[in-house]
Amino acid sequence: MIWESWDAFWAMGGYGPYVWGSYGVVLLCIAIEITSARAAHGASVQSVRAVQEETDHDTTP
Amino acid sequence: MNAIAAVVQRDLRLALRRKSEVLTAVFFFVVVASLFPLAIGPEPDMLRKIAPGILWVGALLASLLSLGRLFAADYQDGTLEQMALSPTPLPLLVAAKVLAHWLLSGLPLALLSPVLALQFDLDGGTMWVLFASLLLGTALLSFLGAVGAALTLGVRGGEVLLSLLILPLYIPALVFGSGAVEAQMVGLGYGAQMSILSAMLLVAAFFGPWACALALRIALE
Amino acid sequence: MENFKIRWFQWAAPQSFYPLAGRLWPFFGVIAAVLALAALYLGFFVAPTDFQQGEGYRIIFVHVPASWMSMVIYLAMAFWAFLGFTFNTRLSGMMTQALAPTGAMFTFLSLWTGALWGKPMWGAWWVWDARLTSELILFFLYMGYIALTSAIDDPRRADRAGGLLALVGAVNVPIIYFSVKWWNTLHQGASVSVTKGSSMAQTMLWAMLLMALAFWAYSIAMALYRVRTIILVRERHTQWVQEVAA
Repeated sequence: MIWESWDAFWAMGGYGPYVWGSYGVVLLCIAIEITSARAAHGASVQSVRAVQEETDHDTTP
Repeated sequence: MNAIAAVVQRDLRLALRRKSEVLTAVFFFVVVASLFPLAIGPEPDMLRKIAPGILWVGALLASLLSLGRLFAADYQDGTLEQMALSPTPLPLLVAAKVLAHWLLSGLPLALLSPVLALQFDLDGGTMWVLFASLLLGTALLSFLGAVGAALTLGVRGGEVLLSLLILPLYIPALVFGSGAVEAQMVGLGYGAQMSILSAMLLVAAFFGPWACALALRIALE
Repeated sequence: MENFKIRWFQWAAPQSFYPLAGRLWPFFGVIAAVLALAALYLGFFVAPTDFQQGEGYRIIFVHVPASWMSMVIYLAMAFWAFLGFTFNTRLSGMMTQALAPTGAMFTFLSLWTGALWGKPMWGAWWVWDARLTSELILFFLYMGYIALTSAIDDPRRADRAGGLLALVGAVNVPIIYFSVKWWNTLHQGASVSVTKGSSMAQTMLWAMLLMALAFWAYSIAMALYRVRTIILVRERHTQWVQEVAA
């Protein structure tokens, strides 16, 4: 371990806001990307099911 | 050769029927060049320093304005399809259209630039380099812009989209074009920049119409 | 030779690629997570304090990998676009589109982390040095691609127009970088160097490398996941998609 304490770790020798501002935004962007990709996938499944319902309505007498 | 001349003549004739479109780009250049001193202040030394950049950006934006027209009219009335089907290679016809576009927008801008250079108190030698760099540079911009115009043909919001697509590709032309003028101004010599600009123009003139024809075929399907 | 070709081209059919991508993306996701944790451990608990830059330099463990990925992904997009034009496969265009958002994200992260690294180091949120300026232009290229493909309704035309744009962009990137470098040296702009003054300790290099690999695995996972979504939407009128969604 190279940090004297957890406080020192979070402070990052005075550069805390910059370092954690960077890593935080990286995590945030990744989280946003994953969430929106999953939402898009869900929506695509819905659109596929919508086509299925259309064809069902077309074929059912 | 005949086909090229015919296409150029046709485009020139059509454009001269609606002179306002051609003149709009030119006046845009004039207005933009006047906006900067109004925004920044009239100090001659400062204006002289930033003049190459301003004049080049102004010409670049003015040239961008007129790109939307390059293929739009022909696309709408079916002429473009005929060009794609004709025995003459499409890249050749595209090169002809780009040449016409440059004659109508790039050339007037280059011719006007010395006059605007007076507003910024540039000396004679610098004016010559400005004129030459814009002459070659606007041709380069026309070839590059044509690819963008073809890609955004008939697309919703095409004009603004065209700017977004093309401006990154314009940056090398801008850097070397205005760089040549600045080099002349500080006495360093414009040779390197102008050579690179010419080389880029040659490459764009060769490959641009080919890429543009491909983009047109994509748009026409 | 024919057998070889047939074996590869079978994966070009969306119907075959969909389940393959489905099996692969979690695998790459796990690899990404493991590599990232290893990189973070190395970067924060093993790598020493930099002599010149103090603790602030630790941003490079995400800044440099993000920059690398932003360029690698753009090249990957151009590669898939090239494949698409050569073999006229639908899947190539879908892969190009699937890669774009992640590439744009990494470009943005490169710029953001670059600014946060620059502010304490050189006192300004932005410096017009060659690398950062080129990164900014790359961001514009990504935005242009995404805007063009979103604006075109017909998926096939969107794929092909976007692919051509990606190829033209990829060819222009070296030219743009060269001209920006020229512009920068001419005006004696700031030159930001990751390793200026201090030599990179081994651990620093390893942490950066591991994080780069983590980002790379993450990008592959995201692209494979996203292409499945694209396939579902594009092919939703086919029998096999109907069966999959049921």
